Amino acid sequence: MRKLIFGLFIAILPALGLAAGPSGPLDTMKPDHTNKESLQRGVALFTNYCMGCHSMEYARYKRVSDDLEIPAELYEENLIFTGAKIGELMQISMGKDMAAGWFGAPPPDLTLVTRVRGESWVYSYLRGFYKDDSRPLGVNNVVFDNVGMPHVMVEMQGLCAVEPRIGVGASVEPLSGNINNADVCPEYAIEGSMSAADFDRAMWDLTNFMSYMGDPVKVERERLGIFVLIFVAIFFIFAYLLNREYWKDVH
Amino acid sequence: MQKLINWVDERLPIVDAWNKHVGKYYAPKNFNMWYFFGSLAMLVLVNQLVTGIWLTMSYNPSAEGAFASVEYIMRDVEWGWLLRYLHSTGASAFFVVVYLHMFRGLMYGSYQKPRELIWIFGMLIYLVLMAEAFMGYLLPWGQMSYWGAQVIVNLFGAIPVIGEDLSLWIRGDYLISGITLNRFFALHVVALPIVLLGLVVLHILALHEVGSNNPDGIDIKKNKDENGIPKDGIPFHPYYTVHDLLGVAVFFFIFFIVVFYFPEMGGLFLEKPNFEPANSLKTPEHIAPVWYFTPFYAMLRAVTVDLFGLDAKFWGVVVMGAAIAILFVLPWLDKSPVRSIRYKGWMSKVALAIFVVSFIILGYLGIVPATEGRTIAAQILTVLYFLYFILMPFYTRMEKTKPVPERVTG
Repeated sequence: MRKLIFGLFIAILPALGLAAGPSGPLDTMKPDHTNKESLQRGVALFTNYCMGCHSMEYARYKRVSDDLEIPAELYEENLIFTGAKIGELMQISMGKDMAAGWFGAPPPDLTLVTRVRGESWVYSYLRGFYKDDSRPLGVNNVVFDNVGMPHVMVEMQGLCAVEPRIGVGASVEPLSGNINNADVCPEYAIEGSMSAADFDRAMWDLTNFMSYMGDPVKVERERLGIFVLIFVAIFFIFAYLLNREYWKDVH
Repeated sequence: MQKLINWVDERLPIVDAWNKHVGKYYAPKNFNMWYFFGSLAMLVLVNQLVTGIWLTMSYNPSAEGAFASVEYIMRDVEWGWLLRYLHSTGASAFFVVVYLHMFRGLMYGSYQKPRELIWIFGMLIYLVLMAEAFMGYLLPWGQMSYWGAQVIVNLFGAIPVIGEDLSLWIRGDYLISGITLNRFFALHVVALPIVLLGLVVLHILALHEVGSNNPDGIDIKKNKDENGIPKDGIPFHPYYTVHDLLGVAVFFFIFFIVVFYFPEMGGLFLEKPNFEPANSLKTPEHIAPVWYFTPFYAMLRAVTVDLFGLDAKFWGVVVMGAAIAILFVLPWLDKSPVRSIRYKGWMSKVALAIFVVSFIILGYLGIVPATEGRTIAAQILTVLYFLYFILMPFYTRMEKTKPVPERVTG
């Protein structure tokens, strides 16, 4: 039996070659879809800051409200701005043609963005804006060079004067105990309303929500998987015993 | 019950059929774990058919609606996500078991006389399976679906004179479009499954006519007892039906780990760019086919020289086609007096090892972007791949084989 598993393992070996991620350093973000509070903060941020331009048109409000345990009335009152019914898809009213005229390209739908680019990319991108007067909107992004999107979270984060240090990570100096790089931005052109730690936390929540939207069934799938595997394991025991019984008389 | 069986049997030979193919089909008693993959291929085929039927109920085969309908299946259809992951993981699992099944054939000489037709039907199954997988991959209408199909269909354009018209005829349009999607859908869900099922029936009928090979490569029909039953044979049912259940359990365990915990398999079973809808104006940075095609894709890219006034791309297509075509004539390349690798000489063993390693590394090279060094590696490995076949008539004749025992060993 070990040989069988080994054989299958060999067959999927090329998978290991795919581990390489996108180019450029990123801050790692591991989502947690069981953290409902984080997802609730995330959907609030997404609705208020992103949904003016970005749809999530493959998902329905109702599913989000159910999964995140937000009562439907509360959700309809506070998190649906388009007048849509709660059972509808999360579309936006901004026309694609007009948006293309304003930004150069229409803002993409974000339902599956974490599955295309990965959570770490989104988390780094959201914190990667900096002041660049050569760009039409006055900002650029270290993760997505020459991006056409404005820095919508500028009032929270502030505007970084230089390129934020994405992918460097915070470190503690052993002698003095000083923390280096606690803030990705060493110098601000505009101060924001949030501390660096609070903003990172908010972006973590937002990324976590977007990750959930990309794969809403993940928690349920992984929960069910255990039962399926236990069933197969028990089935194996009986199959093994049955096989042994029949094969006793074969020599 | 017996009455009903008799009633039917007088009108349709069901008892005969059962005995011929299951109840009194005598299989060698020394099958090892490599003999699980034939029945596992059947299991995956059933999985693909059943989940495929249910997916078809909610899928919308149009350029406008295909991508959204897949997400609809993933989010709004009850258990839709499970059906889809079973189907997408099943596609890769199909190739895993088929490759291992084919490797078994290579190891134990299962293609040798009198099993040439079984091998050829098997190769046709493999060919249809590749077409089936290729067309199925267009259906989610993601970026990789679209551009993968674009690249592969354009390959036909490399054929001199008729190439451009041929690829136009396949696409039904000047580029991959909703028209292509609709015809691929028709072929994927109706035409090719019918052909596939027909070939599977022929594969098994041919097998049951001559009997199964075994790890020793011995003809068990040469040693029969007084009732005409092979001494080393046991009835397929119940011995191998219960035995295959073990294989099914182990397979399902691994299969469900993927389905429930790694459905994308790190971008290998479901490629990341495919979560973005197809866009004919935006070419992805790196286009790679799904892993099961990559050995041949690496061979295609390995050809970089123009020859006889024809494009390198054309010769790449020729090499790729030849890599598959040469497998068909394998039964006539092996001149060894013995079947199984157990009794062949060291040259056959080394050749098979080099062949397998080449195939796996080529598969890796077909996934990653090409660099100069990788292209040279792919060229060397492509040559090694072909040498396995081209030199086979020589090394199988030259080498010293071991004596084959009269009866099967454990």
